Amino acid sequence: MATIALRNLVKSYGKTDVIHGIDLDIADGEFVVFVGPSGCGKSTTLRMIAGLEEVSGGEILIGGEVVNELDPKRRNIAMVFQNYAIYPHMTVRQNIAFGLYTSPLSRDQKDARVTEAAAMLGLEPLLDRRPAALSGGQRQRVAIGRAMVRNPAAFLFDEPLSNLDAQLRAQMRIEIKRLHQRLGTTIAYVTHDQIEAMTMADRIVVMRDGHILQSGTPSEIYDSPVNVFTAQFIGSPSMNLVPGAEVAGRIAVQPGGPLLVGFRPHDLVVGAPEGAFTVSGAVTAVEPLGPETLVHFESGGRPVIATAPGRMVPAVGSTVTASVAAGALYLFDAATENALGRR
Amino acid sequence: MTTALAMPRINPGRILIWTLLFLGGVIMVTPLIFMFSTSLKTAGQVYDLRMIPAAPTLDNYVRVLSDGRFLRWFFNSTFIALTVTLSNVFFDSLVGYTLAKFRFRGRYFVFLAILSTLMIPTEMLVIPWYLMSAEFGWLNSYWGIMFPGMMTAFGTFLMKQFFETVPDDFLEAARIDGLNEFTIWWRVAMPLVTPALSALAIFTFLGNWTAFFWPLIVTTSQDLYTLPIGLSSFAVEQAIQWEMIMTGAALATLPTLAVFLLLQRYIVRGVMLAGLKG
Repeated sequence: MATIALRNLVKSYGKTDVIHGIDLDIADGEFVVFVGPSGCGKSTTLRMIAGLEEVSGGEILIGGEVVNELDPKRRNIAMVFQNYAIYPHMTVRQNIAFGLYTSPLSRDQKDARVTEAAAMLGLEPLLDRRPAALSGGQRQRVAIGRAMVRNPAAFLFDEPLSNLDAQLRAQMRIEIKRLHQRLGTTIAYVTHDQIEAMTMADRIVVMRDGHILQSGTPSEIYDSPVNVFTAQFIGSPSMNLVPGAEVAGRIAVQPGGPLLVGFRPHDLVVGAPEGAFTVSGAVTAVEPLGPETLVHFESGGRPVIATAPGRMVPAVGSTVTASVAAGALYLFDAATENALGRR
Repeated sequence: MTTALAMPRINPGRILIWTLLFLGGVIMVTPLIFMFSTSLKTAGQVYDLRMIPAAPTLDNYVRVLSDGRFLRWFFNSTFIALTVTLSNVFFDSLVGYTLAKFRFRGRYFVFLAILSTLMIPTEMLVIPWYLMSAEFGWLNSYWGIMFPGMMTAFGTFLMKQFFETVPDDFLEAARIDGLNEFTIWWRVAMPLVTPALSALAIFTFLGNWTAFFWPLIVTTSQDLYTLPIGLSSFAVEQAIQWEMIMTGAALATLPTLAVFLLLQRYIVRGVMLAGLKG
């Protein structure tokens, strides 16, 4: 196991900087998820940690040692790729054992490692199959198995669940989380899926345009986003934002106002008693989810999503009024989009 | 309850295509049949153009096979075709892989330089090859016959195109697992382009098996003749031994027929993949 530290890390392609001097410390055994939209630099950062991309500036330290100039194989890390990268011409057993190809272990020791990893991942009955005969989830497990057998100092995951369907993704999220709890190995995990970030991470690192916008526990990021981007990126459905202003001590909708008023759909409840903030509008769409219904309408010229509790399903076209309880409003500066606090 | 018999729908376009294909097949197969037919005739019957010989005989085969020269030529052809094929499979794929998967200064220039040699006809190269062989003392040697084909621009181009399709993740995963670049190429990349390797191997083997022009120029000793050159020596002035030529040709065709029959699937796939003419 090991710590990972990034010190003023820069990546440039020609004259274009894609990572702009980021700093980050990942503690020993920590599960850190890099999250952000496509092109934000999260995969590039991971690939630099792995040694698959050259570092243009700054330092990467693994276990306290600067590894900028070390080959991937000398960094003692393992990586799981989005498309699994398991070899179609090898069986599951050979694929897992391939992680030990250059290991000085004896054949028996290697076999024991493979068997142990296969047992841990539930792959024992599939050891003699080829990848073509496996499901997406099984292939992903094989890729994890190949990474596990090496007992690396850290695991790097590059969007490992992106190719799986929603149900399998949910299952694999739990499996990877359990695996981390069992092995206690440092994990750096890249995803653009904020649900993965929220459910798996000890700490989330939100990135945009090659900068780290915010780093914190999932609840810190969810409850105290530093700006509009983070607020909208984390949480599903996204946080509502309407222009507003403070009038006589109360926050109200005001087109062109100096504030952006944020509230999460689950905090904006249709038919709730008037709270810190109230909006109303004509329903444009409804999404019944069973225990609640998401209600879409417009306020201040912006689309808003509210929640109707229980079996209440407002009719499309009807006017609804929804309120946010005190303490659930997020205020942002309309000009800078930086957070101003909760209300 | 009545059962209607389904009448197959007659499609005029399809009939035309089948007819043309059938005619094409006949045109292709006739010389082959004629070759085998002539090989079963005596010298006196050669100009009797019946497909089925009046008195078929295997004497020609006995004569050709008991002639030590033929076996020597057969060995030469086999050795040269196999060596050149193995060399192409190894070097073309190594260079193709490098051009496809490594970023280095001058990569495109190197690729274009290799590709541009495809535009030079063999006839233009023969004189420089010959002068080179004479200079280095390669005339009348196996190496002299083989060296121009040990690596080809076409094979390099073909393999480069295929290696482009191998996902980088496969190679990077192996890199992280600690493999060196040569092992990654050999253990990971090569098995992933087996269809292309098969196509390259088949075409190279067949091309070298039937090669005539350069081996004819570079060899003078009968011991170094390949089958096509050796067979042509049966046709000496005013005494063309057609039955012997056809017998030798029939024997020489057997390996290529075997290759076609055994590897038909790969050949068809290779032709489709490489966009080649068979």
